[in-house]
Amino acid sequence: MGLIDRMSTTVKAKINKILNKFEDPRETLDYSYEKQLELLQNVKRGVAEVTTAKKRLELQKVKLEQNMQKQDEQAREALKAGREDLARIALDRKTTSQAQIDSLVKQIDDIGKEQEKLVATEKSLSAKIETFRSTKETIKAQYSAAEAQVKITESVSGISEEMSDVGLAVSRAQDKTEGLKARASALDELVEAGALEDVTGGTKDDIDRELSKIKSKNEVDEQLEALKKEMGK
Amino acid sequence: MIVRLMGEGQYEIDKKHLDAVNKIDNNIVKILNNGDEKAITTAFNAEYKKLIDYVRKNGKKIPHEIIKPSDIVIPPADTTLEEARKIFKGEGLIPE
Repeated sequence: MGLIDRMSTTVKAKINKILNKFEDPRETLDYSYEKQLELLQNVKRGVAEVTTAKKRLELQKVKLEQNMQKQDEQAREALKAGREDLARIALDRKTTSQAQIDSLVKQIDDIGKEQEKLVATEKSLSAKIETFRSTKETIKAQYSAAEAQVKITESVSGISEEMSDVGLAVSRAQDKTEGLKARASALDELVEAGALEDVTGGTKDDIDRELSKIKSKNEVDEQLEALKKEMGK
Repeated sequence: MIVRLMGEGQYEIDKKHLDAVNKIDNNIVKILNNGDEKAITTAFNAEYKKLIDYVRKNGKKIPHEIIKPSDIVIPPADTTLEEARKIFKGEGLIPE
């Protein structure tokens, strides 16, 4: 048995379960319709979740870009002060930031595709539910029980298959979003790591502190020189 | 006949294409049982893409408003090797 047979069999088994649930086929129609509306809500939630996750990644990217710019400025300042060692550390961090940005770009692209897919799923499911609703009313109003059975089997089978499909799409999107969320949390820590080192609550990191030490030492040196001159020593 | 590409929708496809589809499907089964993991992944992804492309190319998309059961159901285009194996084990991907 191939992949297609297995998949088709699983889906058909699910459909039969729904078809055999009620004695009165009309009940099957109502039950199925209720389930469709639930599923549509689920898809909508999925779209919202994916959108939030994407925004979070985009924000992280902006932060990392700011970090990179800062690290670049630090490297320049350190070189100006003749501290090549410090400049190296700053450039090293800049490279790490760049690598993280690259990986974020890919993740944002992936989740963007997932978002598009879910939005398309929502649209298609809404259209199908609408069709089902009017078919359901027609069947209930116009057909004898025997005729209804045939019509119901067809439309319930069709919509149940669609629901299996949508259910899978939503659960896969959720899995992917969960994975991205976990990675985003880990990255949040890294993004903030540099800024958090300063316990005084500022956003200065270790390189900043080193640079400001150099700066104040230079200022002291200059003032000392000026004093010496003034006192004629 | 009607083919469902999961995550994408249904396609109306002429019955004459069924042989070609089955042939690719059989190739996929062979691939899953052979070689080392890395080779399997590459071969699986390539062959699976062929299957999806074949249906997309030779099928005609059925509009959203139409509700009809499919004759065959094909897992999503981005099915991973791991998911394909789950389908084979009968674990089923579809949530309850």
